[in-house]
Amino acid sequence: MQFIRAHVLVCGGTGCMSSGSRQVQAGLEDEIARRGLDNEVKVVQTGCHGFCEMGPLMIIYPEGVFYVSVKAEDVPEIVETHLYKGRIIERLLYREPLSQKSIPSYDEINFYKKQRRIILSNCGHINPDEINEYIAAGGYEALGKALTLMTPAAVTEEVKKSGLRGRGGAGFPTGMKWQFARQSPGEKKYVVCNADEGDPGAFMDRSVLEGDPHRVIEGMIICGYAIGADEGYIYVRAEYPLAIKRLRTAIAQAEEMGFLGKDVFGSGFNFALHIKEGAGAFVCGEETALLQSIEGRRGMPRPRPPFPAVSGLWGKPTNINNVETFANIASIIVDGAEKYAEIGTEKSKGTKVFALTGKINNTGLAEVPMGITMREIIYDIGGGIVDGKKFKAVQIGGPSGGCLPEDMLDLTIDYDSLTAAGAMMGSGGLVVMDETTCMVDVAKFFLTFTQSESCGKCTPCREGTKRMLEILTRITNGEGREGDIALLEDLARGIKQTALCGLGQTAPNPVLSTLKYFRHEYEAHIKDHVCPAGACSNLTGYTITDDCRGCGMCKKVCPVGAIAGEIKERHVIKHKVCIKCGACEGKCPFKAIRKGA
Amino acid sequence: MEQEQRRGSGGGKISGQLQAIFDKYRGQQGTLIPILQEAQNRYGYLPREVIGEIARTTDNPVSRIYGIVTFYSQFHLKPRGRNIIKVCQGTACHVRGGKKILNFIEDKLGIKPGDTTADLRYTLETVACIGACGLAPVLMVNDDTHGRLTTELLPWILDRYK
Ligand SMILES: Cc1cc2nc3c(=O)[nH]c(=O)nc-3n(C[C@H](O)[C@H](O)[C@H](O)COP(=O)(O)O)c2cc1C
Ligand code: FES
Repeated sequence: MQFIRAHVLVCGGTGCMSSGSRQVQAGLEDEIARRGLDNEVKVVQTGCHGFCEMGPLMIIYPEGVFYVSVKAEDVPEIVETHLYKGRIIERLLYREPLSQKSIPSYDEINFYKKQRRIILSNCGHINPDEINEYIAAGGYEALGKALTLMTPAAVTEEVKKSGLRGRGGAGFPTGMKWQFARQSPGEKKYVVCNADEGDPGAFMDRSVLEGDPHRVIEGMIICGYAIGADEGYIYVRAEYPLAIKRLRTAIAQAEEMGFLGKDVFGSGFNFALHIKEGAGAFVCGEETALLQSIEGRRGMPRPRPPFPAVSGLWGKPTNINNVETFANIASIIVDGAEKYAEIGTEKSKGTKVFALTGKINNTGLAEVPMGITMREIIYDIGGGIVDGKKFKAVQIGGPSGGCLPEDMLDLTIDYDSLTAAGAMMGSGGLVVMDETTCMVDVAKFFLTFTQSESCGKCTPCREGTKRMLEILTRITNGEGREGDIALLEDLARGIKQTALCGLGQTAPNPVLSTLKYFRHEYEAHIKDHVCPAGACSNLTGYTITDDCRGCGMCKKVCPVGAIAGEIKERHVIKHKVCIKCGACEGKCPFKAIRKGA
Repeated sequence: MEQEQRRGSGGGKISGQLQAIFDKYRGQQGTLIPILQEAQNRYGYLPREVIGEIARTTDNPVSRIYGIVTFYSQFHLKPRGRNIIKVCQGTACHVRGGKKILNFIEDKLGIKPGDTTADLRYTLETVACIGACGLAPVLMVNDDTHGRLTTELLPWILDRYK
């Protein structure tokens, strides 16, 4: 028998692949074969570890040594020093940004220490293309338990008791939804997994599908059993080719093992699963639009009721849940609802995966218990703001969500507290912004997005978002008028109350939340014609760079005395006084004056 | 068989190539979008004749197909370049300078999003997040994702796609 003494796990997630993990893996396999180590060392490609910032990532077992930013050139050294001589390569270890201490193992790193990885527990640790690795990690145990020891009603009851709420945005109790679908009369029912993940800045669903596809499939089969459905669809965005590929492999393997198909576990229960590729439309994440799209139509939402639980895909009762929601099911069934409900807050149970992005040091995926504070996520896990800049706001919930300012950082995160603060859990994208981000520009950014993704079926959303965008564009161009803020608020209220679907109803949120917490920035744009963050190009004045030698030419030429500074020292422009005539820029012999902040 | 296809379409070549796709989906529900996706994979875009043929075979009015094709951003009615550049303009990329990346490429190639260079080498598009936000700003060329972009890196990346 062959004895494998070491496993080298190389991340094969989208992030690490784009940083070159494929070359690292190929180089490693060659080098190991060349040195004749191929029957004692095994190279495994895994899914995403969530720490994309530091990719490509590599873990070497049995020691569990964690190497970051590994390049193809490092491969010979890894084989020679680590795999051959058994010595750790110091320079490839992760260094904590603050202490500069190098840290050899995964669990010691701050980014992972505060996390509680249940849904992501396998991501980065197993080979997603190998069903046996999922089974070895306890996979499909929940399915076996549900099908052989529990009735469909008991499964539904267990999910209800767990307090799990939908991770797709609105946070509707999952068990209740299953019960509605279960109780709907009808022979034929469907289970649909929403893997459209259209919210820009969110990639947790993608990472779960790429890193642990069987967890989602298992959750869907259990749901099928609970509600009495024998067929399911996974609707995946077309922008996720790797996720689609891994899902196809996973479904084929589950069929071969008999977890999908006829008479699963000899229980008489049948379940077939299909993949539908999206075709690029954000609104298709909305459940009724998604169903239209599966049926092969334009993905336009329709009024509810009837809810999909009553009349869904091809008019049949359908239960639709998000990827992460399904990924929670197996652990609820195996460990029991009580155990699951121990994590989290009173009304929001379990963990939530957040995608940390923007101006933050450790970008990546963080799975944390509900009830953690925003500060813990951003500073303890995320390692604070890039380049030591000042935190300004965190945007949560994508185009439906809102921006929270610094004094909300100690807010504990759950569905209800976020909604109360004017934001929303949404899919869990957290985009961190620093002092150089203009909040009016951010609001405009989101409205540009929702306006172009509006399907056009209802007037408030089609016309209203357009008018709001026009106003915001005017403001960021420096043509804001007295009364614009009131007009924005008025339009926002109208759209929220009258739009047909969630897209329109939540589209004004980014504007309303920035108006609530950053109103002074709007006022500065409109009244003083300044963009305090220096981001809106029409409203930024001139700045003097480090190239200034202190010659004093600019000071002399300035018609309004807006420039201060001593000879031979760097000069500065007083923005309040500056009339942006540009006279100084032309005069500077060192080209040290430029437009923009 | 061959004869029959010709009669059905009035354009035997197209019909022959599409036939395999039609066969694959025969008898299934909700196949219009997958058929359009596969047809586009084959031709690079959806020429008029192809849309006509799909309409005839699936028994849908052309207007309905046109409605679908124009609704989803993935479908194209004009020929596209050999290399498709998708520059991410999602939130994470936006706050990390995605706009600058786009502007640079626009200048360099002399085209706007949605357009194709005259030599058909590149088509420029924008996308609202490709799920690699941790590496923002990000772009995709064909199926390759490139992250942590800087304007210095761009000429080198673009040059690799002939
Ligand atoms: C415009 C819009 C986009 C949406 N996009 C998504 C999405 O990308 N993924 C998702 O799971 N849910 C999305 N939703 C929510 C779905 O409509 C639906 O509530 C969700 O799939 C239900 O699953 P859950 O109960 O597990 O959260 C979106 C809703 C709206 C209004
Ligand atoms: S926002 Fe650009 S990849 Fe997500």
